Amino acid sequence: MTDLTSLTLAEARDALKAKSFTAVELTDAYLAAMEKARVLNAYVTETPEKAREMAKASDARIAAGKAGALEGLPLGIKDLYATKGVHTQACSHILDGFEPTYESTVSANLWADGAVMLGKLNMDEFAMGSSNETSHYGAVVNPWRRNGSDVNLVPGGSSGGSAAAVAARICLGATATDTGGSIRQPAAFTGTTGIKPTYGRCSRWGLVAFASSLDQAGPIARDARDTAILLKSMASVDPKDTTSVDLPVPDYEAAIGKSVKGLRIGIPKEYRLDGMPAEIDALWQKGIDILREAGAEIVDISLPHTKYALPAYYIVAPAEASSNLARYDGVRYGLRVPGSDIIDMYENTRAAGFGAEVKRRILIGTYVLSAGYYDAYYLRAQKVRTLIKRDFETVYAAGVDAILTPATPSAAFGIGEKADADPVEMYLNDVFTVTVNMAGLPGLAVPAGLSAEGLPLGLQLIGRPFDEETLFTLGSAIEKAVGTFVPKQWW
Amino acid sequence: MNMAVRTPDPKKLIKGATGDWEIIIGLEVHAQVTSNAKLFSGASAVFGAEPNMHVSLVDAAMPGMLPVINEECVAQAIRTGLGLKAEINLYSVFDRKNYFYPDLPQGYQISQYKQPIVGEGKVLLDMPEGVVEIGIERLHLEQDAGKSIHDQHPTMSFVDLNRSGVALMEIVSKPDLRSSEEVKAYLAKLRTILRYLGTCDGNMEEGSMRADINVSVRKPGDPLGTRCEIKNVNSMRFAAQAVEFEARRQIGIIEDGGKIDQETRLYDPGKGETRSMRSKEEAHDYRYFPDPDLLPLELDPAWVESLKANLPELPDEKKARFVANYGITPYDAMVLTLERASADYYEQVAKKRDGKAVANFMINELFGRLNKDGKGIEASPVSPEQLGAIVDLIGDGTISGKIAKDLFEIVYTEGGDPKKLVEERGLKQVTDTGAIEKAVDEVIAANPDKAEQAKAKPTLSGWFVGQVMKATGGKANPQAVNDLVKAKLGIE
Repeated sequence: MTDLTSLTLAEARDALKAKSFTAVELTDAYLAAMEKARVLNAYVTETPEKAREMAKASDARIAAGKAGALEGLPLGIKDLYATKGVHTQACSHILDGFEPTYESTVSANLWADGAVMLGKLNMDEFAMGSSNETSHYGAVVNPWRRNGSDVNLVPGGSSGGSAAAVAARICLGATATDTGGSIRQPAAFTGTTGIKPTYGRCSRWGLVAFASSLDQAGPIARDARDTAILLKSMASVDPKDTTSVDLPVPDYEAAIGKSVKGLRIGIPKEYRLDGMPAEIDALWQKGIDILREAGAEIVDISLPHTKYALPAYYIVAPAEASSNLARYDGVRYGLRVPGSDIIDMYENTRAAGFGAEVKRRILIGTYVLSAGYYDAYYLRAQKVRTLIKRDFETVYAAGVDAILTPATPSAAFGIGEKADADPVEMYLNDVFTVTVNMAGLPGLAVPAGLSAEGLPLGLQLIGRPFDEETLFTLGSAIEKAVGTFVPKQWW
Repeated sequence: MNMAVRTPDPKKLIKGATGDWEIIIGLEVHAQVTSNAKLFSGASAVFGAEPNMHVSLVDAAMPGMLPVINEECVAQAIRTGLGLKAEINLYSVFDRKNYFYPDLPQGYQISQYKQPIVGEGKVLLDMPEGVVEIGIERLHLEQDAGKSIHDQHPTMSFVDLNRSGVALMEIVSKPDLRSSEEVKAYLAKLRTILRYLGTCDGNMEEGSMRADINVSVRKPGDPLGTRCEIKNVNSMRFAAQAVEFEARRQIGIIEDGGKIDQETRLYDPGKGETRSMRSKEEAHDYRYFPDPDLLPLELDPAWVESLKANLPELPDEKKARFVANYGITPYDAMVLTLERASADYYEQVAKKRDGKAVANFMINELFGRLNKDGKGIEASPVSPEQLGAIVDLIGDGTISGKIAKDLFEIVYTEGGDPKKLVEERGLKQVTDTGAIEKAVDEVIAANPDKAEQAKAKPTLSGWFVGQVMKATGGKANPQAVNDLVKAKLGIE
């Protein structure tokens, strides 16, 4: 049974339904694989007992003919999701020992459909990072290595643990979150597929907040179909999150493999950056060719405010974060470093509890909201945001069905490689992805090929609001042309 | 109305060494919304539970929790806005006011900053010199904070989050008030309106109504002076005292050649003084920004209309109606409408009766007696039916006004049907002129000197009336006694 972990989520689902093996067997196979892969540091907590218990219950439901949509399928959960009684720390020191008494809506949806929890996945602290190096629990190692190299690479971030775990076959699929690219960039760096759904598609209730107006939950999985299956279960309207949207959740899986004939695909000229590596450009062209050959119509479009997206994002997101993270004050839960008075306690706790990147963003956010700076920064950034949204509305109104861009400006880089670099260089990883969050749109990252060094590269498809289905159709068309990508197991 | 329009009233000016000073006052009243649940969580908003018994995950700001607006609190704010004759903003926004404090778990208070739910309105004050209109600047909804408790442990402070997240309405007046009397009258009137609407219980001692008072002084006609804000005053008396003290303090400083620093102050009722809490320089930068967890609040105009249609009659309208329908004075109408329960009581009795007589009896006898016992009208031992019966007995001449007082006291303390009591206890007014004449004759005969004097000084007849009333145990019809005394004494 050693190759149970090589099955996709859809395959495992069908095999469980056919009773080819049990949920407990499948779970045990994953628990064993996880143990072998600890060098990747993808999990910050493994929950084997809970996993076996849930798998056993799944087997009972399968036997009783009451299987849910994800019955018996083992998943990893990003540490940002509140999981009842289980380590939930957003990979921050400041949430030391925190185990919530509640379950996030999205993970509860998964369990309600029969999924099995393997453990909590590593991530950048409070989802702030693009390399998973800011985690209090240490960097995650990308299962991919450059050809002939044993240099450890980053899996991207902030959902680095999720992407690495899916790529390394130590979960069938994973939950992730995306505030500026945190699903799509790590998916691209690990040869996996990930979708950031439309803002409001998934409930944010029980997700440790980073930037409330940008945060969105989504899955990372092995291919477009698995991603579609997971999103179907994760998405829901939630009375506890008034920004969630009350629209029916379509059968995303049905969109897989549909014809792309006649779909109009926009190619935004502003995404052709100066100094972009030739192989990224080539990858993009390859995606264009694939879709054109499959019958889609390719049109050149302009999203004129794209260049303002990244700077505006780095005002809006830190501003919201500076306020969202104020609750970590040492008073009620998590870390407390005593002090001579309350202010001293706050300062000691937050100085010790937050990492450098989180502190940087809290400071930026505090600054841009300060009296006298608000209009110049936050208000202006919000205006930019409106313009970015309008850019997209204009092209969609002109008949474009989806937009194709590269997912990242480069392949995965080495752990520590950018440690001394200007933080802005790290922020540039999100240059293709932040616009989507600023506009609240859905964005899918699909692997489209390997770099000359043998590392996966991804493309991004951006859709109309709540039209994730078209993205799955297009993503599956690219996947059909290029196949899927699996790292060589070296661990 | 605004401060530019209001002409200084010489009687309200304060005399200083350098001349008269005008006090300019604006109030921010925090009124706790009457609702079962908190503003953004399902936790109970009821006062008086054991510490931390009414705390939801949202109130404690657990990671990943989100606020969900409580529709009833929004309705209450709209009702209040309508009661203040204010503009209802169909589009309003919740903002975060960021600051660190242990009783503020989120590290920010959800409030409304630039776009409040209610805009400009007004409150009318019945002052001795006439009606004074005070402008309302705005009303917004916000969360209350929890409570820090410093007296439970030698080195630590405790936090009670029961109040954390309870809905407050901040009602901001324009700087239209000019005296401590007006401050008291404004707070009283606001409380009356809130209680009529049922949107706040107005209990200042329980903290469900608190006021921040902005005070500045100027020479009449001068531009506005620098203001100080007196925080968190929780009684009308203290509010008036604080204003008086603060105005004199500021006048003293300016007259001594000093300058007023804009600052936040606290009133110490024990010492009767205000003290500096923090200066403008120490003021927080609250870093307001729209709360991204909450969509802007967009109201359906039809819903606002339906709330308006179901609004109770408000004190000013009720007062005007009482004056028109019952022929009572505006002052009596004001007194009777201070509380909705009193007004309801009055109407129950005054219907089909002489409104004036009922008003007099209620204000002089019932209110006086209830006050003495520290009781509210709801706890009155005398029911409207009983009170009505007493008024009827006076009206048809069965008992005199004086006896009515005694009868009222009996009904108040012992209860019973006033009509029966009159029969049983022989309280009926004596209208038999024969009996009265006899009593008059006896008194005159016993006091021949006084009778002689009265012929010269007719006002002395009052003494004889008193004696006759006394002799008849108060039961004689006073008018009949009066007539007979005058006739017998030969006074016209």
